[in-house]
Amino acid sequence: MIMSAALSLVLLAVVLALASSAASLFAARTPTVIRLLAMPLFCLAGMAALAGGLSALLNGDAITATLPLGLPWLPWRVQLDALSGFFLAIIGVVSFAVGIYGPAYVRGFEKGRDSLVALGGFSGLFLAGMMTVVLAADAFLFMVAWEVMSLSSYFLVAFQHDNAANRRAAFLYLLMAHVGGLAILLGYGVLASFGDGFAFDAMRAATLSPAWASVAFALAFLGFGMKAGLVPLHAWLPEAHPVAPSHISALMSGVMLKVAVYGFIRFVFDLVGELQWQWGVAVLAIGCISALFGVLAALMQRDLKRLLAYSSVENLGIIFIGLGLALLFLSTGHSLPGVLAFIAALYHALNHALFKGLLFLGAGAILHSSHERDLEQMGGLLRRMPWTGFLFLVGCISIAALPPFNGFVSEWLTFQSALRAWQFDSGVLRSLVPIASAVLALTGALVAATFVKVYGVAFLGQARSRHVRHARAVPFGMRAGQAVLAALCLLMGVIPTGVIGALNAIPEQLLHSGLPQAVSHNWLSVNLAASNSASYSAPLVAVLLALIVAAVVWVLHRGPVRRVRRCDAWDCGFAPPGNRMQYTATAFAQPIRRVFAHLFLVDEAVVPRNDGGQRYQLTIGDRTWGIFYLPVARWVEAASRRVVRLQSGNVRLYLGWTLLTLLVLLWIIS
Amino acid sequence: MDHLLNAAAPVAAVLQAMLYAAAAPLLVGWIRKVKARLQNRRGPSVLQPYRDLRKLLAKEVRVAHTASPLFRAAPYIVFAATWLAAATVPLLAVNLPTAALADIIVLVGLLALARFFLALAGMDVGTAFGGMGASREMLVSALAEPAMLMAVFTLAMTAHSTNLAGVIDFQLSNEFALRPSFMFALGGLVLVALAETGRIPVDNPATHLELTMIHEAMLLEYSGRHLALMEWAAQIKLLLYGTLIANVFFPWGIAQSFAAGALGMGIAAVAAKLLLLGAALAIGETVLAKMRLFRAPAFLNLALLLALLGLLSHVILEVGA
Repeated sequence: MIMSAALSLVLLAVVLALASSAASLFAARTPTVIRLLAMPLFCLAGMAALAGGLSALLNGDAITATLPLGLPWLPWRVQLDALSGFFLAIIGVVSFAVGIYGPAYVRGFEKGRDSLVALGGFSGLFLAGMMTVVLAADAFLFMVAWEVMSLSSYFLVAFQHDNAANRRAAFLYLLMAHVGGLAILLGYGVLASFGDGFAFDAMRAATLSPAWASVAFALAFLGFGMKAGLVPLHAWLPEAHPVAPSHISALMSGVMLKVAVYGFIRFVFDLVGELQWQWGVAVLAIGCISALFGVLAALMQRDLKRLLAYSSVENLGIIFIGLGLALLFLSTGHSLPGVLAFIAALYHALNHALFKGLLFLGAGAILHSSHERDLEQMGGLLRRMPWTGFLFLVGCISIAALPPFNGFVSEWLTFQSALRAWQFDSGVLRSLVPIASAVLALTGALVAATFVKVYGVAFLGQARSRHVRHARAVPFGMRAGQAVLAALCLLMGVIPTGVIGALNAIPEQLLHSGLPQAVSHNWLSVNLAASNSASYSAPLVAVLLALIVAAVVWVLHRGPVRRVRRCDAWDCGFAPPGNRMQYTATAFAQPIRRVFAHLFLVDEAVVPRNDGGQRYQLTIGDRTWGIFYLPVARWVEAASRRVVRLQSGNVRLYLGWTLLTLLVLLWIIS
Repeated sequence: MDHLLNAAAPVAAVLQAMLYAAAAPLLVGWIRKVKARLQNRRGPSVLQPYRDLRKLLAKEVRVAHTASPLFRAAPYIVFAATWLAAATVPLLAVNLPTAALADIIVLVGLLALARFFLALAGMDVGTAFGGMGASREMLVSALAEPAMLMAVFTLAMTAHSTNLAGVIDFQLSNEFALRPSFMFALGGLVLVALAETGRIPVDNPATHLELTMIHEAMLLEYSGRHLALMEWAAQIKLLLYGTLIANVFFPWGIAQSFAAGALGMGIAAVAAKLLLLGAALAIGETVLAKMRLFRAPAFLNLALLLALLGLLSHVILEVGA
C-alpha cells in the first residue's frame, strides 16, 4: 500500500511517540534513559507530526488509508485532511518544544521517589493518543485513541501521588473524563445509527432529522465541552492541570484541550450535517460564560499553575465564542463572516497552544529553580532568571492580546466577525452578538490585568522569600524550549496574512467556502472585504514600534546627560521599602475582586494566631461547585443509598435477583 | 487606492504624527490655564508643559537599586505605543496611509500595550505606591476598555468599517442625522476618555495625596528623561482622546485632500474643536470632585451601559429601518 509522504510522516510520529513510551520502560534500572532517549524521541515525534501536519495543511487534499490493525470486521481507518493537519501541527509544535525542554526538567525527578517509568511511558502514550484522535477516520478508532489520551493523562496527573490533593484531583479528572467520553460515545452512536456504520464517511452521508441532529449536537457539546473545560464543566481542569509535571501541564493545557476543540469541530461542522442557529446561540453563550468566569477566577488565584489553568478555561471560552459566531453566521447563510469567525477560532487555538505552552514551561522553570508555585513568595525573578523572565514576558504580552503579538490577531478577527452582526435578519441575534463582543472585550481587559499581576508579582519587585532570592537561571535546554514557543508567538503575530491564507484551506475543504483571495493576497496588511474597511498591518506596526523606540533612544542619548545614577527607591520619602511592604498578588486583585464579589464565594476573616497576633485569612470559592456539582453528588449518594437496600449480604436473595434478571431478559428477547 | 500613490500622503501622515507630539503639551497647558482662571488664579503660561519637558529631558536620571531592566525600557515602549496609536487617528486630514496601518481595534490594542508596560513599570521597584497605582489602573482600564470598544463598535457598525477614516468619511458623506446610537456612543466615549486619561472624577492629575492617585502613583519612581517620556505619552493620550471625540463625532472641517488650503482649514477646525473640548474639560474638573475609587466602577459601568445602548439602538432601530 502506498501512502502519501505526509501521512507516512504522521504515522512515523505516532510510532516515535510509542517508541519513546517503550524506551521509558527501562527507566527503572537506568533513570537517564528518559533524558537521553525517551525525551529526544518525543521531540522527534513532535517534529514529524509538525512536518506531516503542515504539509497536509498546505497541500489541502484529504488522504485516507486503512491500517492493518483493529478488529477483522472493523479496520482502523485514518485520514489526513487540512483540519487534521492543522491540529497535528499544533500538537507537533508544542511537543517539539516540550521535547527540547523536557530532558533538563525531568532530571529534577531522577533522584525523587516518583516512578520515572510512569512519567516517560505515559507521556509517550499520551502524545500517541492525541495524534491518533486527530487522525482517526472512524468513531471506533477515535474512541480508542480518546480513551488512551484520557487514561494516560490521568496517570500523569497522578504522577506525584504521595500528595492526597493530587490523588483527589486525578480522581475527579478521571471521573469527568469518563462522563465526557460517555457523552461523546452516545453522540457517535446517534450518528452511527442514522448512517451505516462507524466510519466518518458513512456518518457524513447520513441525513438526520433536525431533532436527532440536535440530540447528537448536545451530546457532543457536553462531551467535548467537558474535555475542553467549558464552564460549568471546568471543575476538573484547575485541579488536574497544575498538579502534573510542568511540561505535561503545557501539553495538557496547550494541546489536549485543542484535541477537544478538534473533536467538536469534526463532529459539528463536518459530521452532523445541516447546522442550526440555535446551536450557535448555545455555544456562544457557554463560550462567553467560560471566558468571563475563567479570567475572573484566574485573577483571584495565587498559585501560578492554577492561575494558568483557569486562564485556559478563559481561552477555550474565546475559541468557543469564535465557533459559536461561526455556527450562527453559517447556519443563517452568511458564509463570509462565518468563515472569518471559524478562522478566528482556529487561529486562537494555535495561539493559545503557543503562549500557554510557553507560560507553563516558564512556570516549570520557576518551579525548577525555586521550588515555588505560590505567587506570594515570588518576586524579583527577572534579575535572577533574565532569559526565563524575558520569554515569560513575551508569553504575557501574547496572552493579553496586545499588538504586535499573536493573541491580538485572533481577537481582532473575532471582533471583525462579530461586527458583521448587522447582517442578521433577526433582531435578537443582531443584539445578542454585540453583547457577546462586549463580554469578549471585558475578558481581554481582565486578562491584561491578570498577567500584569502575574508578571509584576513574580518577576518584578523584590524576592518575598529566601529560596526565591536564591533562584538560579535554568539549563540551556529549558530556555531553548521556551524560546522556540516565544519566537513563534511573535512570528504568528507579525505574519497574520500568511497564517490566515494557510488556515483558509480548512473552511474551503470542510465548509466549501473560504475567504476571498483579496484577504490574504496583500502580505503587508490584513484587509477585510472592501478596501480600507478594516485593516491591520502587523509587520508595519511591529517595525514602526521598533523604529520609534530606536529613534527616541538615539535622540535622547545624544543629549548632554546620558548617565543613570542608582539610588534608593524614593517612595514618596517614606522609609526604604522592604520586600514585605510590596503589593501582593492578593492585594493587586482586591479592587476587581470587590467589584465582582457576588460571582465568587469570598470569605475574609481575621483569625487569632497562636502567638497572640492576628492573621488575615481569605478563601475564594468557586460557586459552580455548589450549583452544579454538589447537587449531583448528593443525588448519586441518595440513589446509592436506595440501591444499597438490595444488598443484604444474604446469598439466597442474590440468587433470587439473578433468577429474576434472567427471567426478565428472556421475556424481553422472546 | 489612488490616494496612496499621491506623494503628499505619506508626508502628511508623518507631519500629522509630528504635530501630535508637538501639540500635546499645548492642550494640557491650555486646560491648566482655563482651570486656573476658573479658580481665580492667573496660572502658568500655556507653554509651561513644554518648559517642564525640556527641564526633565536635561536632568540626570535616577533609578532605584531594586529596579530591573524593564523599568528603564518601559518609558520608551509606552511612548512609542501611545504615539503610534495617536498617529492612526486622523487629526487634520482623512485618507492618510496610516488608515491601512491600524483600525480602531488596533488603536485600542496599542493603548493597552502602553498601559501594560506602564503598570508593570509601576510594580517594578517594589514600592507599595507603585503596586497600588498599577492595581487601580488595571481596575479602571478593565472596565473602561469594553466601554471604549462598544462605543467605537457602534460607529464601526454604522459605517460598516472599523477604520477611523471610513467612519469619518461615512459621517461626512451622509447628510447630518441625529442618530440616537451616536449620542449614546458619544456619552460613553466621553466617560471612558475621562477615566483613561486620568482626569477628574476618576483620577486627579494634580493630586499631592498619595493614597488618592492612580496614574501618578505608577510614575513616582521615575525621573529625568524617563519621566519626561511618560508625561509626554500621557499628554499625547489626552490629545488622542480629544481628537477622537472631536473628529469622529464632529468631523466637519477636516481636510479631505492634501492641498495647502484644505490642510490649513483642517488645522483651524481641529484647533477650535480642541480648544472648546479643553475648556469644557476644565469646567468639568472645576465643578466636579474626585470620586472615591470604588465609585469609579459605577461610573464606568454607566459608560459601558451607554455604549452598549448605543450599539443596541443601532442594531435594533437603525439597521431594520
